[in-house]
Amino acid sequence: MNINMTLIGQTIAFAIFVWFCIKYVWPPISNALHERQKKIADGLDAASRATRDLELAQERAEQTLRESKEQASQILEQANKRSAQMIEEAREQARAEGERLMASARSEIEQEVNRAKDELRAQVSHLAILGAERVLEASVDEKAHRKLLDELAAEL
Amino acid sequence: MAAGNEVSSTYYIQHHLQNLTFGKHPENGWSLAHSAEEAREMGFWAIHLDTMGWSIAMGLLFIWIFRKAGKAATTGVPSGLQNAVEMVVEFIENLTRATFHGRNPVIAPLALTLFVWILLMNTLKIIPVDYGPELFKRLGVEYMKIVPTTDPNATLGMALGVFCLIIYYSIKVKGAGGFAKELSLTPFNHWALIPFNLVLEVIGLLVKPLGLGLRLFGNMFAGEVIFILIALLPFWAIWLLDVPWAIFHILVVTLQAFIFTTLSVVYLSAAHEHH
Repeated sequence: MNINMTLIGQTIAFAIFVWFCIKYVWPPISNALHERQKKIADGLDAASRATRDLELAQERAEQTLRESKEQASQILEQANKRSAQMIEEAREQARAEGERLMASARSEIEQEVNRAKDELRAQVSHLAILGAERVLEASVDEKAHRKLLDELAAEL
Repeated sequence: MAAGNEVSSTYYIQHHLQNLTFGKHPENGWSLAHSAEEAREMGFWAIHLDTMGWSIAMGLLFIWIFRKAGKAATTGVPSGLQNAVEMVVEFIENLTRATFHGRNPVIAPLALTLFVWILLMNTLKIIPVDYGPELFKRLGVEYMKIVPTTDPNATLGMALGVFCLIIYYSIKVKGAGGFAKELSLTPFNHWALIPFNLVLEVIGLLVKPLGLGLRLFGNMFAGEVIFILIALLPFWAIWLLDVPWAIFHILVVTLQAFIFTTLSVVYLSAAHEHH
């Protein structure tokens, strides 16, 4: 229990340990602690930000879904309308075409009838003249009776 | 160790409280002391090999553990040793932040060293009092007091270290003139009272390391003496007192380490402050 050089020795040992601690022990541990603290704070920050982002994204997704649904129904409606219209148009066209065909056929038939009538008329007049010539045997002045005959033919 | 008569129990106590002293004896020259008287006769030029050895061993243990944890320190999830070390470091960091006002990168590591080192040295006390002396006696070493903090040289040595830092920072922060002014003009700011102030302040200054060292020494030494006295009981009765005392000492060991550290930080904080 005497005070002796141990006192000095202990002070020297103390100084060396403190120096070593300052130099090699404290900095890495303290740095790691502070860095981790920062990392955790950042992580928490990021988490809360992510939650907010998620909420926003969900909202946006919902909105987009709603919009697209609306659009789809709109497109469907339009398509329905358009198809009905197309059917109506086709029907109309078909009817018009049919009428046109019928009309042209009718006019052709009429023409044919007229032509046949004309031909018949010409032949009848010729035959009538021929017959008259034969009946009369006399020379009938064709020129003199031409007008009469034509009238006759027209009456056929 | 049950003692039969008074002489052997006195011898037992004295033996357990004697340090292994190596020094310059007036007659035998540089040698190990073979008795308390010889150790006393060596005077100042002697060294307690057990105190130095065990304290340095504990210091190295501290350095080794904390350096290992420091090298492996990651910013990720800590585990095992790193967790424990970080707890201590954080505890010290909070302590210094609470008591030390100002910026000084030395204070926190200093407090850490003091706390862990003293804690480890104090903890040696939980080892039964007979183990150290008896074991080394068998090995041929006459004395072995394994708890360095029961040696006033160790505690006052550390206090001396802190005292040097107090002086150093006082002069560094306030300047030699400022420090001298603080010593001579407080608490009474009048030229006529300078001698009075000086005496008061110098005593106040010197009491700091003395109190620091003696408080730790006193607590540890008293505890050690009680342990030795308990060990004198019959062997079947020892545990009755020894166990409660040891459990109580877990508190004392930690508390004394904490007090030494906190007071050192407080004194150093005061050294940084202008009055």
